[in-house]
Amino acid sequence: MPEKTVIEAVREAMQAEMRRDDTMIILGEDVGNRGGVFLATDGLIDEFGENRVIDTPLAESSICGVALGAAVNGMRPLAEIQFADFVWPAINQLVGEASKVRYGTNGVKTAPMTIRVPYGGGVRGGLYHSQSIEVLFAHTPGLSVVAPATPYDAKGLLATAVRTDDPVIVLEHKRTYRLVKGEVPDEEYTIPIGKAEIKRPGTDLTIITYGLMLHYSLQAAELAAANGIDVEVLDLRTLRPLDADAIAESASRTGKALIVQEDTPAVSIGSEVSAIIGERCFFDLDGPIMRLGPPELPPMPFSPIQEAEFMPSPEKILAAIIKLAEI
Amino acid sequence: MSATANNPPNPTEPISGDQLSGERLVELYRTMVLSRYLDERVWLLNRQGKAAIAASAQGHEATQVACIEATDPTKDHYLIYYRQFTAMLALGTEPEEMLRGFLAKEADPMSAARQFPLHGAHPRVDLFNFSNVIATQLPQAAGVALADKLKGSDAVTVVYFGDGASSQGDTHEAMNFAGVHKLPVIFFCENNRFAISVPVEKQMGIESLASRAAGYGFPGVQVDGTDVVAVNEATKAAVARARAGDGPTLIEASVERLLPHTTDDDHTRYRTAEDIEQMSKRDPIRIQSELLIRQGFITEAENEEIHAAAKRRVNVATDTVDAEAYPGIETMFDHLTVEYSEENDHRESSGGDA
Repeated sequence: MPEKTVIEAVREAMQAEMRRDDTMIILGEDVGNRGGVFLATDGLIDEFGENRVIDTPLAESSICGVALGAAVNGMRPLAEIQFADFVWPAINQLVGEASKVRYGTNGVKTAPMTIRVPYGGGVRGGLYHSQSIEVLFAHTPGLSVVAPATPYDAKGLLATAVRTDDPVIVLEHKRTYRLVKGEVPDEEYTIPIGKAEIKRPGTDLTIITYGLMLHYSLQAAELAAANGIDVEVLDLRTLRPLDADAIAESASRTGKALIVQEDTPAVSIGSEVSAIIGERCFFDLDGPIMRLGPPELPPMPFSPIQEAEFMPSPEKILAAIIKLAEI
Repeated sequence: MSATANNPPNPTEPISGDQLSGERLVELYRTMVLSRYLDERVWLLNRQGKAAIAASAQGHEATQVACIEATDPTKDHYLIYYRQFTAMLALGTEPEEMLRGFLAKEADPMSAARQFPLHGAHPRVDLFNFSNVIATQLPQAAGVALADKLKGSDAVTVVYFGDGASSQGDTHEAMNFAGVHKLPVIFFCENNRFAISVPVEKQMGIESLASRAAGYGFPGVQVDGTDVVAVNEATKAAVARARAGDGPTLIEASVERLLPHTTDDDHTRYRTAEDIEQMSKRDPIRIQSELLIRQGFITEAENEEIHAAAKRRVNVATDTVDAEAYPGIETMFDHLTVEYSEENDHRESSGGDA
């Protein structure tokens, strides 16, 4: 099977879906001749033309509002937000509007739209090119939120997102774009939304994570293995709806749960995962639920030293693993 | 040159080829009168504790019937806001259907009482209104129009908003996008001079909102919103432009908001007695009835019968809907999202081998 990067998998999914469905269009800043600032849409305007790959004015609210309007009138738009940090002007059109189209019209209207949002730090992005913005979307009934971390998952979940008849937010960690390679079939496939996956089986404790932290957690699990600790790593993949069954099954089986995330911990995905484990696994736990995340500061300082201190790392995760394992 | 209230059409035949006939003017007037009585009834139902909230279209009736009359409900799209009460009637919504929305009844056709009145989607024409947040419908309208342009359809999208919405960033973004792509969309502003209590002088530093269209590369026209013929002519021109692929038009119709913002508002807190007295002179029902009688389209007696018929229609609708049920809890979980599965994917593959 061919090896591809995350960004190649993303591009391949969009190209395949564009070929499959001629109602699909792509909108965003610089998605045309520039091919997107991360080159996710590189070459797509050449194949599909400027009617289907639309360079928009620099205005996020209208990118998402226009996508929504096109979606309710028979198109299948995919909007690219250049950086997650710039999604806030569009929050109203996504959280306020798109999420409620089906519910608020009692099923008369639907909004089959996908919003790709490159997010996350560790890229010297400072306060406005590093943010993790998943919580607000993941809090919203009517939205689905996926956060694939591997090339295989990126392609399959993006295909599912495009084909879903309701709005789906696709969070792509930009540090993974070229850092992470993996096997990706050339053929089309879909991955169901709402299904977590055990990326590394283990028996002593479960790490529950997503995004870039999946890879750091897998590294930390290897280091822990050298210390005789057998760590299971569960990749959430979807942040709404969370796969509560998979979370509870793994945490109950290993008896210990460590939640690792790049987003600040207070009122976060980790909070919700922790609540699920508390509600469903209380009598199976052999230790407290632990969370590892950055300090409660705006993500994240531009200074390389401060950025490194802010970000969770394999070493910090290993320390948390050892601490939890020894309880 | 188009006819205006001061230069009305001949009663027996249209002045120009496609000008509204006297017969159509009377029909539109019937809708205006029905709207007025139904609107008044809704306020009464609010005071009786039966309608939780209402925003009135009183003062906006002429502009709404005249605009709709220039469009084609079999293919055009209408993105409304909460004051499009008369427009909904003009598009064939029955009084019972309107009341079901206001009284939050199970059979409310727009949202099954999930949303405020006039929100949701219409079951027969492509009219919708997703939210209460001001101006969000404008970028959405650009998107609807973009879809039509890409599909090669000649449908037109009409998006309504008030002077208040003109201050929102979404309004600017939508007009800019529509101007860039020459989209078949009509930005229709019903300027009633107040955003709840804030007068236009505190909303904009210009005299005419329509003048903003120049900044987006398409025409903007100001029209007297109490003048059925003038609004109809302006809208017809905008529709023709849009269908011909010539792009958007901004229409600013000046109207009066004869009642407070909503049933929860009291406009005596911010409007002077003189202003309230003055605006009643611009009541479109009175203006239009006097015009139709003066021009011989209807007699005094026929006018009275139009009013009496509207009142009877509203009474029947009220009795019917008042007795209907609210939606029960069993439907509150319906229609949130639908999961994708390959089994329910019926879309044709347009290439490749899906």
